[in-house]
Amino acid sequence: MAGEDKKQQPFDSKAASSLVAELRGAFASGTTRSYQWRESQLRGLLRMTDEHEQDIVAALRSDLGKPELESVLYEAAMLRNSCKFALKELQRWMMPEKVKTSLTTFPSSAEIVSEPLGVVLIISAWNYPYLLSLDPVVGAIAAGNAVVLKPSEIAPATSALLAKLLGEYMDSSSIRVVEGAVPETTALLEQKWDKIFYTGNGRVGRIVMAAAAKHLTPVVLELGGKSPVVVDSGINLQIACRRIIVGKWGNNNGQACIASDYIITTKDLAPKLVRLPYPHVLVFSLYGVVSCTLPYLFQVDVLKNELETFYGKNPLESKDLSRIVNSDHFTRLTKLLDEDKVSKKVVYGGERDPTKLQIAPTILLDVPRDSLIMNEEIFGPLLPILTVDKLEESFDIINSGAKPLAAYIFTNDKKLKEHFVNNVSAGGLVVNDTTVHLAVHALPFGGVGESGIGAYHGKFSFDAFSHKKAVVYRSFMGDAAIRYPPYTNGKLRLMKALLGGSILGILRALFGRS
Amino acid sequence: METRGDLEVQLKGMREYYRGGNTRGASWRKSQLRGLCRLLEEREAEMNAALEFDLGKHPVEAYRDEIGGLIKSANYALGCLKGWMSAKKAKLPLAAALTTAEIIPEPLGLVLIISSWNFPFGLSLEPLIGALAAGNVVVLKPSEVAPRCSSLLANVLPAYLDPKAIKVVEGGPAVSEQLVKQKWDKILFTGSARVGRIVMAAAANHLTPVTLEFGGKCPAVLDSLSSSWDREVAVQRIVGSKFSACAGQACIAIDYVIVEKKFSSTLLELMKVRIGKMLGENPRESRSMARIVNKHHFLRLKTLLEDPNVKASIVYGGSMDEKSLFIEPTILLDPPLESDLMQDEIFGPLLPIITLKKIEDSINFINSRPKPLALYVFTHNDSLRKRMVAETSSGSVTFNDAMIQYMADTLPFGGIGESGMGNYHGKFSFDTFSHHKAVLRRSFLVDFWFRFPPWNDHKLQLFRSVYLFDYLGMLLTVLGLKKSKQG
Repeated sequence: MAGEDKKQQPFDSKAASSLVAELRGAFASGTTRSYQWRESQLRGLLRMTDEHEQDIVAALRSDLGKPELESVLYEAAMLRNSCKFALKELQRWMMPEKVKTSLTTFPSSAEIVSEPLGVVLIISAWNYPYLLSLDPVVGAIAAGNAVVLKPSEIAPATSALLAKLLGEYMDSSSIRVVEGAVPETTALLEQKWDKIFYTGNGRVGRIVMAAAAKHLTPVVLELGGKSPVVVDSGINLQIACRRIIVGKWGNNNGQACIASDYIITTKDLAPKLVRLPYPHVLVFSLYGVVSCTLPYLFQVDVLKNELETFYGKNPLESKDLSRIVNSDHFTRLTKLLDEDKVSKKVVYGGERDPTKLQIAPTILLDVPRDSLIMNEEIFGPLLPILTVDKLEESFDIINSGAKPLAAYIFTNDKKLKEHFVNNVSAGGLVVNDTTVHLAVHALPFGGVGESGIGAYHGKFSFDAFSHKKAVVYRSFMGDAAIRYPPYTNGKLRLMKALLGGSILGILRALFGRS
Repeated sequence: METRGDLEVQLKGMREYYRGGNTRGASWRKSQLRGLCRLLEEREAEMNAALEFDLGKHPVEAYRDEIGGLIKSANYALGCLKGWMSAKKAKLPLAAALTTAEIIPEPLGLVLIISSWNFPFGLSLEPLIGALAAGNVVVLKPSEVAPRCSSLLANVLPAYLDPKAIKVVEGGPAVSEQLVKQKWDKILFTGSARVGRIVMAAAANHLTPVTLEFGGKCPAVLDSLSSSWDREVAVQRIVGSKFSACAGQACIAIDYVIVEKKFSSTLLELMKVRIGKMLGENPRESRSMARIVNKHHFLRLKTLLEDPNVKASIVYGGSMDEKSLFIEPTILLDPPLESDLMQDEIFGPLLPIITLKKIEDSINFINSRPKPLALYVFTHNDSLRKRMVAETSSGSVTFNDAMIQYMADTLPFGGIGESGMGNYHGKFSFDTFSHHKAVLRRSFLVDFWFRFPPWNDHKLQLFRSVYLFDYLGMLLTVLGLKKSKQG
């Protein structure tokens, strides 16, 4: 339906306004509030994903060159799990939450009722275009809202597929897709929504929030940042490197908001991750003699070895790596690589193929802190390694920058672990792994500071799209007289006792003693 | 008056103090909350005097609405702090063996609280309790429209709280404008929706999360009550809460009453009697009712009543004294719905009674207007109760009383739509000033070997089983007894 409209006329402010009015009418009719409707829509999403998995895989291959396994696991399967979890919990989530009331409001009972916000706008990103469009939709539907979804135009095949499939499987009186780019998004942002959920970058996030401010629309902004990985010594380096690799290049070739952006490790440990050019080897091996020579001899180049195991000697040819999404991002990434102060720091990879829009997994060592690559979110297959003398310095480095969406540490040192967990601020932290917290329904997924506002996943999705309404039930018995004029000292004493919550105080006040 | 340079230096100092970890520990937070408790105890007389000066509030009203509530909230926070600060374990499925997950609350950092003039202590210190309990450093900007209260806060807070972590900045709109342009980790604003938009737009530049507390036209729906006792109590609560809490200048004050036409005259009589009992023959002399805060608001309210059609609907009260900024309790019967009185938030001691044919019609009436901060319904009718909760939207709903929801520590206090976003009070205050950080800890010992490339169908099949938590299927696949699904 939405796809057809697009061909006929441009989606401008007027079209956006009438779309919102239509959905408000649908919401006002109460359709989306019933358990039956929410359940049927969630089942629809599930069926849609099951029945069209291959179409999804094909669209993702077209848009991103995404390997089938990544598409199936990180997009389709995760979305399915999201639907299933919501279906399992929906009745419980919809129930009012009874709360205790105290002496100050005695006698009374109270509860918190979750109600839908109304008509919500979800704007998604291009890197996980299926998941990041529909995972928020799961929350919006579970909470009983009407939804407009605006998928990213940078992943056009997936955008078109979503428009087609949602039109077929979902209740189009309350759930719609609007395709398009900046003009369409602008038209949508001019309207009054009851919530806007945006996944993308901080620059556009500011634009979204400013537009929302005009209508006092609450927002969830899922942004990004430079997610660091701190690597300590005394760990199983092979496992650590595998986890870092699959979290970085195994996630859309590094184009993921929670992919490891850069590594921080000690000057000692760096040579174990990647072999250094000869002169450095001499210097560090002398240094290393003092610390741990034997492991050094046997565990050098761990990162490189594992990368080769995963992607072969010719990673540009590997079918298990997504390509760079488009030439803009390709240019951006090669600029990061080719900056003067950085180009000589490449210790592995660096190959690129502009015709295939592919850049090989690339590791850089000791890039200067003021380089471009260390001052923007990389969002690609380049992994700088920063070295420090003592690992504790890494926390200051991380905390001196903008708070990232995720931060990771590999260590067996209990004290270091706790120091990290308590002192590094990020959306989420993982110890001894990367990115996997995304799949845990019980954890809120969202940023802080520059990495975002709000969170979702699991019940947090339901809450993000709900209004928590306080409901108090009072009886006609009780205290009315003391609260109001004419004011007397006796009333004041009784009131102090009531607010103080002390039964003895109340008795004293009632019987005239102060 | 501070210059912009001064302000930026101060904020930088506060951020450094925060980064030094000084505000993180439970003992610091408790000491601040205890400091507030001591302040409320020791300075009650001065606070009463300031409220009397700025708003003409009676000390009992001051205690009931502000000081008493703050003591309650500070003690509540002290009692709950340990639980609020502790990490919450999150449940994981069996497939995630040797993995633990938890949610750890951490402070946001440097936060800004902008408060309003009508409950100048309550609306400044209630958010402050939450911000301090959550371990933040705080700048508080009290309203200049209540100047004595503002300067009292500026003078006493440094004596009771850590002056490196809590600063009071006084001033008017120009100062507020300066403040909101800075980078904050959170802003909590109480005031009008108009200014709220400006605050949120400024916050957008820094991606600062906001909690905005506005007001709205909070309706009270009065159903037919068969017992005369219930009718008396209902009227007492309606009239008492409207006129005795800052003379109706409250975000959760009953703005107007809806009643069935056939009861309007009964209601009116009951109200007149009750007002008389509460405030006597001469309400101004009783000194039990606050005055209008300033000339600007006095003239605003006066203008509302000057509309001839509105004036004609006055059935009680209506007299005003500009010199003492006093307006007596005024009741209107069915003023025109298009009048400013019925379009804008009244925020004063004028109480319109709107009559409808059937009480159920009030649902559509309420829904055709912006969502209010509070909805009050006086009824015994269970089905009307259910319909009110299910079919209307407001920050909160209170049955058979008014304004009391403000004192409940376990309920979120906040609006929706034009009445605000976000909430606070009790644990909600702590949460609104915290970042809930997800933490996942994994072991090196366990992993799915098929997690890593190069990919093949076998690995894919294994993953499918894992995602379904189909452990048997996984085992069969590993043993080669289950074939991969065809794509």
